[in-house]
Amino acid sequence: MTEQLHEVGLTVNGAAYQAEVPARRLLSDFLRHDLRLTGTHVGCEHGVCGACTVLVDGVPMRSCLLLAVSVQGQHVTTVEGLAAPDGTLSAVQRAFQECHGLQCGFCTAGFLTTITAGLRQNPEPTIEQAREMIGGNLCRCTGYQNIVAAVLRAAEIGGGDAGGE
Amino acid sequence: MKPPAFDYSRPETLEEAVGLLAELSSGGKVLAGGQSLLPILSMRLAAPEHLVDINRIAELDTISAGPDGVRLGALARHAAVERDPAVRSTQPLIPAALRQVAHPTIRNRGTTLGSIVHADPSGEMPAVLALLGGSVTAVSARGRRTISAAEFFLGPLESALGPDEIAVEAYFPALAVRSGTAFAEVSRRHGDYAVCGVAALVSVDQERRITSARAGYLSIASTPLVLDLTEAVLGRRCADDLSAAGRLARQLVEPDADIHASADYRRDLAGVLSDRVITEAARAAAGSGPGD
Repeated sequence: MTEQLHEVGLTVNGAAYQAEVPARRLLSDFLRHDLRLTGTHVGCEHGVCGACTVLVDGVPMRSCLLLAVSVQGQHVTTVEGLAAPDGTLSAVQRAFQECHGLQCGFCTAGFLTTITAGLRQNPEPTIEQAREMIGGNLCRCTGYQNIVAAVLRAAEIGGGDAGGE
Repeated sequence: MKPPAFDYSRPETLEEAVGLLAELSSGGKVLAGGQSLLPILSMRLAAPEHLVDINRIAELDTISAGPDGVRLGALARHAAVERDPAVRSTQPLIPAALRQVAHPTIRNRGTTLGSIVHADPSGEMPAVLALLGGSVTAVSARGRRTISAAEFFLGPLESALGPDEIAVEAYFPALAVRSGTAFAEVSRRHGDYAVCGVAALVSVDQERRITSARAGYLSIASTPLVLDLTEAVLGRRCADDLSAAGRLARQLVEPDADIHASADYRRDLAGVLSDRVITEAARAAAGSGPGD
């Protein structure tokens, strides 16, 4: 069976992209394979691990649980879009560096995007709220303590500007 | 894994979507939030011929709350419903249960009506709809019909919805005066499927004595289970010992064992959680509305 292709146009990290893909192409695969934006990682591929989290119109969503065709015309922010164009890291990224919020780095892109949106919604989280913010993301290296510290540190240095689009 | 190949349409109107589903007979499947459907496709547990993506049908993106209750369109996302102040004041059980639906990131995309239509016996919102005696309205080329919650859930992941029908609205009755609700569940990790969850709806009279106590259970039976626990606590006040509710619940539930929990453990949880939510709902009922 030859699969029908669908035209997909969307904005990723401020740049417009256009591609023809089969309907079953997941947004995660669309970003990685079609657009070569491999910063978004694919872990469990069924919505459990949170590694593939991206922002769709500023809202965190699992890119493995979205069809690329379904987000036609929308704005997507991936981990590649968090730093400033000159490479200056965002507050969340700097906090991860300072607090050693990662080890192997596989889950990190999902944490960074989730926390970026989380701090926009709640710029001054308590430690409990910081834990809840990352409750849907799995990390097998850090034991989470340093990630929670990074959320609080990012809030401290971010001054409400969490970076990203 | 990746989803199997399927055809795809993204209609802009309900009429168009309904027409498509009628043409496809049983080969069509509606895609709304997709937070349950996409994992099923990726794990290849289902292989629909054609997905009808309803995400662009603006008329389905509605949340309304009035004196008679809350009405949610097919595109009302969990996160939007959870935050809606009118929904909260009309039927506080809705946001209380929504906070336990998966993780916030999933709730940003998933729809409340979609999780009802998914009819997962571990789902929070099917149990809430069943407890409150709500309904689902469906539209097809054959017409429009409203299905009561009692008739909607047929089995695990099986609803009364026909393959040519689109669920367009869920209706949850408003909280009545001198009534209160509560929700609690136990899961291995926050956001995971509950080993057992219970929603409660309690009403009291002007002397704040319990006149009705009902509970809705998830992860306990193959469909949402609603039990009337009134006889165990009739006439008591919220400050009294209401543990008879939990004892009655333990007798009435018949849970199955699975990899996550034994049947005995589930039964015990149903009892413990019933006590907790019936007490909390009775307090909310006693504290609400006229009666002093």
